[in-house]
Amino acid sequence: MLKVIEPGLLTTVQDLGRFGWYHIGMPPSGAMDNFAFRVGNLLVGNDENAAGLEITYVGPKLEVQQDALIAVTGGDLSLQINNRPALLWQAHRVTFGDRISLGSVTRGARAYFCITGGLNVPLLLGSRSTYMLGRFGGLEGRKLQGGDHLQLGPRPPSSEALLGRAVDRALIPVPSKDLEVRIVMGMCNYRVKDESLADFLDATWEVSTEADRIGYRLKGPTFQFKPGEQPFGAGADPSNVVDLGYPVGSIQIPGGLEAILLLNDAVTGGGYTTIGTVIKADLDRVAQASPGSKVRFRAVGIEEALQARRAREARLAQVRLALGIFDLAGELGQ
Amino acid sequence: MSTTRYDYGGDEYLLVMFDEAMDLATNFKIQAVCQEIKHRNVAGVIETCPANASYLVHFRPEVLHPNQLIDELKDIEKAVQHADSLRSRLVDIPVLFDDPWTQECAQRFADRHQDPSVSNLEYLMRINGYSSKEEFITAYCDTPYWVSMVGFVPGTAWCYRMVSPDRAIQAPKYIRPRTDTPERAVAHGGVFLCIYPVRGPGGYQMIGMSAVPVYDPEEHLPDLRGRYILADAGDRWQFRPIDMNEYNDIRAQVEAGTYRYRIIEQAFHPNTYLEDPARYLKRLQEEAKHA
Repeated sequence: MLKVIEPGLLTTVQDLGRFGWYHIGMPPSGAMDNFAFRVGNLLVGNDENAAGLEITYVGPKLEVQQDALIAVTGGDLSLQINNRPALLWQAHRVTFGDRISLGSVTRGARAYFCITGGLNVPLLLGSRSTYMLGRFGGLEGRKLQGGDHLQLGPRPPSSEALLGRAVDRALIPVPSKDLEVRIVMGMCNYRVKDESLADFLDATWEVSTEADRIGYRLKGPTFQFKPGEQPFGAGADPSNVVDLGYPVGSIQIPGGLEAILLLNDAVTGGGYTTIGTVIKADLDRVAQASPGSKVRFRAVGIEEALQARRAREARLAQVRLALGIFDLAGELGQ
Repeated sequence: MSTTRYDYGGDEYLLVMFDEAMDLATNFKIQAVCQEIKHRNVAGVIETCPANASYLVHFRPEVLHPNQLIDELKDIEKAVQHADSLRSRLVDIPVLFDDPWTQECAQRFADRHQDPSVSNLEYLMRINGYSSKEEFITAYCDTPYWVSMVGFVPGTAWCYRMVSPDRAIQAPKYIRPRTDTPERAVAHGGVFLCIYPVRGPGGYQMIGMSAVPVYDPEEHLPDLRGRYILADAGDRWQFRPIDMNEYNDIRAQVEAGTYRYRIIEQAFHPNTYLEDPARYLKRLQEEAKHA
């Protein structure tokens, strides 16, 4: 059992996500920095999909009430076990009564706390992830509060052997406030003027303070639409289209006035023009971009997107190898 | 747009666009294609999301290259060219029109509305050429609505009135969206009606309150246990005007967890519908009475 002494700013239970329910309007949720989360679970000997905590900006204070291994990955923040500093990206043994204290994120936006056995909240539609907007999953569909208790799942057999093993520094991504992300342009961008699409790719965008698990509002140039009559049922504004599904990672441009990048708790569909989708391999870095971060988009073709995806999986395979985990159970990797 | 467009949504989604405009015949085909994708259990496909004039497929490119998936989808679309039957449920939705809660909300956000001097319902009535509330509500509920898409947040159903486009009831959205809408508000925007599953922001014109929920995360009601939401794409929802007494009565049953939705499973034949919509809907209604 894990007791929450102080919850931090916004701490939620997440796993790799809830898939297969987009058609009812249920987004995947799940850890935003998928790579860091998977590494956290590997470090404590868990299945990559075991539930852990996603910490946003300010970390929680926790008390463990049984022996376990823990690891913290993702953005940089201070980790103390019984007031003694401990390293990130490494497994630590904790015993009954130990206090774990996490500070504020100093680089990046989100950190992950993983513990042997995972957090055993109810499995809803195949996942333990929290979807706050829908009051669904995780712990009662909400963020953690002081006094909460979280049960742990059964302890995996091989965890003890992992104690003290760390991830090679070279494999750990360093969060940046200045990032280039790759995007596959398309979908409804035929409605947007070519100059505006060129401006989109030339511009440096700024992550606004409205940046959460649903999406990031980005500040930058405005968009002009090609003239023409609106299709029946679309709505009067030139940025309106007949409602369609929004991919996670897609960029929409309501009113042509701003760009919104949809993330794990996205609205699954709606009637705004979408102009492209950030590739999966780059969403981990997006997850670590805090307000004020600068973002540039680079258009890539589908083959380059797939190549980047393979490169990311290869990096994770190196982590497994370095930790002496030889099974290739990577299929869950969303 | 006369031909189907296939486009990548990054490396793990495909967006298939049949048309730019809303059209029931197109939506019937989309529902049939998505039901067939599910039926074929295509390896690598994680989920499909049928939408109004398009559909989205989420897949694992490790299993299936996007271009292979496009070929597979073209094959499926060819096979369902003459979709003759869709699974479709007729669902009774009791609504208190012109209710006090949405009117109170409309007053709070009066500065964002086209004409705050009247209620949203009166505004909708006037711009669509109706002279009395009774006449408008009767017309509004005289035909079922087709659930052409489910999404946005869990349980939001886009409901499209099953009449020819020239008889469509249309409304602009709020000039600026509200930051609040009551849960279960019945609202109209563009050519669609929707019921808000949860309290939250919104831009549709609010005209009533559904007595029954469309989202049930706590699995309080037996009919929503394990499925959490009421809507299935391809449903036909029949809105039924009720008075405050019946509203309170149904609310009490919902609160007690004893309410049972009136749902009738029917096979729906798109081509028969398109030949003579009014006649076919009447026939289905008759069949439902005896079900």
